[in-house]
Amino acid sequence: MNIKYFNQSSFSQFLICIVVTIFVSIICYSLSNLIGYHSVALLLMATVSILAIFFTLYPVLLAATMSALIWDYFFIPPHFTFHVGSSEDILLLMMYFVIALINGVLTSKIRGMEKLELQKEERHNAIKLYKTLFDSLSHELRTPIATIVGASDNLLQKDSNVSEIDKSKLIDEISIAAFRLNRLIDNLLNMQRLESGMLKVKLDWCEINELINSPVNRLNDELSTHNLQIQIQDDFPIIKLDFGLIEQILFNLLHNEILYTPNDSTIYISANLSNNNLIICISDNGKGFSDDELKLLFTKFYRSAAKTTGGTGLGLSIVKGFVEAHGGNVKVENNIPHGAKFTLEIPVEVLQMEDYKDFTNIELQS
Amino acid sequence: MSILVIDDEVQIRKLLEITLNSNDYHTLLASTAREGITTAVVHPPDLIVLDLGLPDEDGQVVLRKLREWYLGAIIILSVRSSEEDIVKALDNGANDYLTKPFRTGELLARIRTALRQTQNAPQIQKLEFDNLVIDLTSRIVTLDNEPVKLTATEYSLLVLLAKNDGKVLTHSYILRNIWGPGYTLQSQYLRVFVGQLRKKIEPNSNIPKFILTESGIGYRFCTKVDE
Repeated sequence: MNIKYFNQSSFSQFLICIVVTIFVSIICYSLSNLIGYHSVALLLMATVSILAIFFTLYPVLLAATMSALIWDYFFIPPHFTFHVGSSEDILLLMMYFVIALINGVLTSKIRGMEKLELQKEERHNAIKLYKTLFDSLSHELRTPIATIVGASDNLLQKDSNVSEIDKSKLIDEISIAAFRLNRLIDNLLNMQRLESGMLKVKLDWCEINELINSPVNRLNDELSTHNLQIQIQDDFPIIKLDFGLIEQILFNLLHNEILYTPNDSTIYISANLSNNNLIICISDNGKGFSDDELKLLFTKFYRSAAKTTGGTGLGLSIVKGFVEAHGGNVKVENNIPHGAKFTLEIPVEVLQMEDYKDFTNIELQS
Repeated sequence: MSILVIDDEVQIRKLLEITLNSNDYHTLLASTAREGITTAVVHPPDLIVLDLGLPDEDGQVVLRKLREWYLGAIIILSVRSSEEDIVKALDNGANDYLTKPFRTGELLARIRTALRQTQNAPQIQKLEFDNLVIDLTSRIVTLDNEPVKLTATEYSLLVLLAKNDGKVLTHSYILRNIWGPGYTLQSQYLRVFVGQLRKKIEPNSNIPKFILTESGIGYRFCTKVDE
C-alpha cells in the first residue's frame, strides 16, 4: 500500500472524499435512466468502500453520509425530497453506514498494525545498530585502556625485574594506546558532527601538495612499514575546498590502507584535476576485497573480515559522509592486477591566473 | 627561567610541573583564571602556558587581559582544536599553540622557541638555517652557497617567515604585513607565493623542510630546536 496516503493532511482527505463523491454522483445522475436507482446505490457504496481503503475513518463517514443523502434526495422516487417510500430502500440506506463503518474501522485497524510492525522493525534495527556500536566501542576503548593499565602497573611495581629495554617498550605501548584512544574519539566526534547535521563546509584556497602531504606527515611513523608513491599532476592550480574535511578523508583512507594491507605493500596516491573536479586515487597492491565486501565497505560499523586490528568500522562511513557533505563522491573497486582502489571525486573552484597577475603587480608595503 | 601554568586539570598541572622542573624551569601553577592572573602580576613569569577551557573565565578573555600588560611569551594549550579558536588565540596575542594531547618534547621545543623570541631581539644581519642563508643587508639569499633568484614579494615573505623562525604566523598576519591591511582575505595568493618560494628553496617542495604548513591557520618557519 502506498505510504503516502498516511501522511496526507486530514483537510485534503475530506476534500478528496467530497469531490470524489460528487463526481461519481454526477456520473450516476447522467446514467440514472439507463441503470436504475438500485444500481446507483451499489455504485456509490463501491465508491465509499474504495475511499475507505485510502483514507481515515471520518472522511469516509462523511463520504458515506453525503452519498446516502444524495442517493435519497436525487435518486429515490419521489425525486428531490428526502422521503423514502419502500422499506427496502430504508434498509439499503442504512447499509451505507454499516458498510462505511466496517470498511473504515477495518482499514484503520490494518493500518495501525502495519505502523506498529514498521515501528517494531525500526526499533529492532536501532537496537541492533546500538549493540554493534557498543560492542565495537567497548572493545576498542578497553583494548588500549587495558594496555595502559597493564603496562603502567608493571612499571609501578617496585621490586620488578623488568629490564630497561622492556621498560621502554612498555612505555611505547602506553603511548601507542593513548594515541589510538585519541583517534577513536576523533572518529566518534566526526561521526557525531555528520549525524547531527552540524557539519558546515568551510571553503578556503589550498595548495594540493599541502593537502596530500598533511595526512602523510601525520601518519609518518605508521607509514614506515609500507612504501608510498605520490603522483600529483604538474602545474596544479590553487583550488578552493574545505582543507580540514578533505584532510580527514585522506587520513582515514590512508590509515585504513596501513591497517589492512600487509607490510611492505605499496600505497599509491594520485591527484588530478578534471573539469573542476579534484580526483584523488588511493590504491594499493594488497589483496583487495571480495565482491560482497566492496558493497558493504562504506556501511557504518562494517568491518573487513581480513584483519582484526583497531577500527570501529566508522572510518570509511565518515569518508563517505564527508565527501558527500562536500558535494563529491567516493567509490571503491579492486585494483588491477590486485589490491584495492579508492577514488574521490570532489567539485572544486579553481583559481583563475588572470586575477593572480594583478596581485603580483601591487606595490609592496615595505 | 620561570613558567606559569594555568590549567584547571590537576593531571595536566602535575605532568607539566614534572616535565618543566626536570628541564630546569621554575614552575608556577594556577588552576583558575583569577589565580593565574594574580600569580602573573605578583611573580611575572618568563612564559605562560594557558589552557583555553578554564572554569571561571574564557581563556580567550584571560589571554586578552594578560596581553594588556604582559610582554612575555604565552603558549596556548587546549583541547579545542578548531582552527577558528587557534587563529583567534594567535590574533589575541598568543605566541604559539598546542592541542591536547600533545608530546612533551614538542611543548619543550615550542617553549624554547617562544623564550628565544621574546628575550633577545638583537639587530641580526644574517639569518642562517642549515644550507639556507639570508643576508639582510645585501638582500641576497643563498642555498648551498648558490644565490637564489627571488622576486621582491618572495624575498619579503621569506624574511618575514625566517625572522619569526619557529613561530606560527596566521594567513591574515602575513597578508597584512606583506601586502597591506586591505589584502587580509586574499589567502589564495599567499598559497601561490608559498608554493613558488618552496620550489626555489626547498630541496623537496613536496616535503617542506623550511616552510611548514599549519593547516587552516598559517605557516611556520622551520624550528632548529627540534634537533
